[in-house]
Amino acid sequence: MIAKPTIPAPLDRPGSQIGKPVSRVDGRLKVTGGAKYAAEFNTPGLAHGYIVSSAIARGRILAIDTAKALALPGVLQVFTHENRPSLPWFDRKWKDDDAPKGSPFRPLYDATIHHALQPIALVVAESFELARYAARLIHVTYEADEHQTDLRAAKADAFTPGKDKGGFQPPPKPRGDADRALAEAEVSVDLNFSQAVEHHNPMEMHASTVIYHTDGSLTVHDKTQGPINTQTYVCNVFDLSKDSVRVISPFVGGAFGSGLRPQHQLFMAVLAATALKRSVRVELTRPQMFSFGHRPETLQRVALGAKRDGTLTAVIHEAVQETSQTENYVEVVVNWSGQQYKCDNVRLDYKLARMDTHTPLDQRAPGAAIGVPALEIAMDELAAKLGMDPLELRLKNYTEVDPNTGKPFSSKELRACFQQGAERFGWHKRSHAPRSMREGRQLVGWGMATGVWDAMQGQAVASAKLGIDGTLTVGSATADIGPGTYTAMTQIAADILGLPIEKVSFQLGDTNLPMAPLQGGSWTVSSVGSAVKAVCDRLRDKLAGLAAGLNDGPLKGLKADDLTFADGFLIAKSDPSWRLSITEVMRANDLLVLEDEARSVPYYKSQMKHALGTHSAIFAEVRVDEDLGTVQVTRVVSAVAAGRIINPKTARSQILGAVVWGIGMALEEESMIDQRLGRFMNHDFGEYHIPVNADVHDIDVIFVEEHDDIVNPLGAKGVGEIGIVGVPAAIANAIHHATGKRLCDLPITLDKILEA
Amino acid sequence: MSQPTGPAFQGHAQKQPAPPPDAMEVSLTINGSRKTLHVAPWTSLLDALRLHLDLTGTKKGCDHGQCGACTVLVDGRRINSCLTLAVMAEGRTVTTIEGLASGDALHPLQEAFVEQDAFQCGYCTPGQICSAVGLLEEGHAKSDDDIRELMSGNLCRCGAYPNIVAAIRQVMDAQPAANDGGAS
Ligand code: FES
Ligand code: FES
Repeated sequence: MIAKPTIPAPLDRPGSQIGKPVSRVDGRLKVTGGAKYAAEFNTPGLAHGYIVSSAIARGRILAIDTAKALALPGVLQVFTHENRPSLPWFDRKWKDDDAPKGSPFRPLYDATIHHALQPIALVVAESFELARYAARLIHVTYEADEHQTDLRAAKADAFTPGKDKGGFQPPPKPRGDADRALAEAEVSVDLNFSQAVEHHNPMEMHASTVIYHTDGSLTVHDKTQGPINTQTYVCNVFDLSKDSVRVISPFVGGAFGSGLRPQHQLFMAVLAATALKRSVRVELTRPQMFSFGHRPETLQRVALGAKRDGTLTAVIHEAVQETSQTENYVEVVVNWSGQQYKCDNVRLDYKLARMDTHTPLDQRAPGAAIGVPALEIAMDELAAKLGMDPLELRLKNYTEVDPNTGKPFSSKELRACFQQGAERFGWHKRSHAPRSMREGRQLVGWGMATGVWDAMQGQAVASAKLGIDGTLTVGSATADIGPGTYTAMTQIAADILGLPIEKVSFQLGDTNLPMAPLQGGSWTVSSVGSAVKAVCDRLRDKLAGLAAGLNDGPLKGLKADDLTFADGFLIAKSDPSWRLSITEVMRANDLLVLEDEARSVPYYKSQMKHALGTHSAIFAEVRVDEDLGTVQVTRVVSAVAAGRIINPKTARSQILGAVVWGIGMALEEESMIDQRLGRFMNHDFGEYHIPVNADVHDIDVIFVEEHDDIVNPLGAKGVGEIGIVGVPAAIANAIHHATGKRLCDLPITLDKILEA
Repeated sequence: MSQPTGPAFQGHAQKQPAPPPDAMEVSLTINGSRKTLHVAPWTSLLDALRLHLDLTGTKKGCDHGQCGACTVLVDGRRINSCLTLAVMAEGRTVTTIEGLASGDALHPLQEAFVEQDAFQCGYCTPGQICSAVGLLEEGHAKSDDDIRELMSGNLCRCGAYPNIVAAIRQVMDAQPAANDGGAS
């Protein structure tokens, strides 16, 4: 059975669009093939670029022979570090909105090889097949240096990073004396974890189509989570003016973080288009999707101390993550361990180790997806040692304030998540001893875990245009990589102005629209949604003012607050028979369109006084084959507290998808490096396993009611990340319950289960 | 440390590169209309659709038969168009996602995918839907587990699988008593 979405908060008023399970407004385009992604803008005379990737992990290119490729009729050019046009020297010119501290990677800059699969040449030809063929004729001679791609070895030189990236908070100072408390604890656990590298691998491979116009201006169709980020990068690197570069990316075939930074296909396509004065497309191959940022390999230790009754007395969480030689990629891994539970003695430590790999990159719930499961697996182990129900242990140490800062949460309905999730799952029927729920050769296990993610908001601007026929167009230069931004924004706008959904359209993915931040971190509803609300509120006030000014009109003298907006009408609250349609109000004022723009800025003052976060409780059932070690995740219940849910249908899909990601993380996903070559071996979908349909069974999503006036004017916290956090732990804990084996190296593949 | 020399990344460079092949003529029926194409024999059906016919509804997710994004129906059977050369489709009937709706009326599976929210980014969706059309035609799927198994050649990185199963189930349930699919 597939559970029906749970519709949260009762509707504010009849006709309210927020909270309705509206089908995606772009659904029709997506099921008919009408939605156009970056590599799908065709234009006459389009040339095709194919990237040549480095065969070594570190060293230099001694020679690169392009003669055979260039000799083929139809090959237009081969770009390498030897013939590239002049490029900026300053790092700041290469920085994008998601760049950490350091020197961003510069494609074709010089002969130096920094990582395996580094792009070293671009072949441009009249056809895609020809470019691909010509790429194979390029002969490269390298001088290879020793490389370091082994985190266990690199960790010897690990260092403590600073606040090296926007949004990153170094761990808080230790409180109490955690090491001593651990040593003195009545019960303790001390576990080491490893997390494999994961690649984002959105289904759409990264691609950029650059349309070259006769005046030298460019239209860029890029796979990006932020059109403005793409535009800024292109302008800075190629010294172009903003007026001459327009980015249009209406659809993005998934990204999960891979589109937060401009990837090298964008650089290549713009380079070729400007140099050849032709339109050019460059699309990566699936193996080349392993040539850039990734979820970093991570080693962790979590040690917990407790009293016999389960009261936590010590929390130690240490993590070492890989970064590149040139940038300090950082993410919050350990901080949550000081926030989740009440505990007086906490020590958190986070370090980086340099390796000869591409700089890692945010991937769905960066940091939390790695760090929180480690804590939650350790909690499960502690519960097992205490002989206590794992859920009980969490409740025992529950906190209403953020112990890291002492600030109260703006809202935290995690208790309700525990209750409703446990009830839906039937948790009380769990028999606690490991291996106690077998069915024949199938070992059944039930596990649970908690998830947490920050609720964030950035500044954004939205514009709106209301026509006399009551059609509304709202826009902001955000992206929709899949969450349903088109739909959610349409609902918010329709809701405020009381319009039917069909009368409202939302535009995004275009740099001609007003500013929006990168789509990531679950903050689009919060940031862009608030801007949409702000601009629609303004139109509403304007309309009310216009109606009030109509001397012989029924709404004379009334304020916006005295009116209801519904079905295209302004209606007096005091007497609903007093009403005017939007069309009537505009016609009476000789207006054909009403336009406005508004910026939304976070409520910094009240937000500063609170901890802002989404929370979840995950319950999972696995079946482990005793002979083969195979694991099936047969049932997952995810109960989420994320404030107001704008659209329970699309929000549920986000959680479902994130649970699927959690299954991949727990059991399947692993980019394996051949240490001799310093290169990912399994760089395709045949060998890098992501969950397929047969790996996914019942997933039940609950949105618990949560009211929050502080996070943003909508009270919606966003659900893009929270769904994955905690899932790997719930599954690992269920495997422990099934088999009695405590496995801390993710992914938990069948060999590990059989060997343990 | 050794000094590897050799072609970059994949394959081995040939001594004398073969010249690019000449274009060939291919005639086929696509979404009900007859088309004649001039494509090189190394052009896949997928690239012929996307680049030569501007039918970009069919997606490229790997180009190696590993993801199903490029699924189309050839003579009613689902195939990976990236593993099919365009010239192999001579005389065949190809149906892509653009050819499933009749006018404004969506195919029941397209309808069900929207209703069940069986996608997020939508990139795998055309392949999923074409694959599901083929699946229903084959008639082997009876249970949800059958659907899961028989749809596992179509990856969805957004993880819309539960809703994909629900959408297919919805259409399956609405069909008149399914025929068993014979002995195959
Ligand atoms: S593109 Fe054909 S199977 Fe992936
Ligand atoms: S909907 Fe995005 S890959 Fe399936």
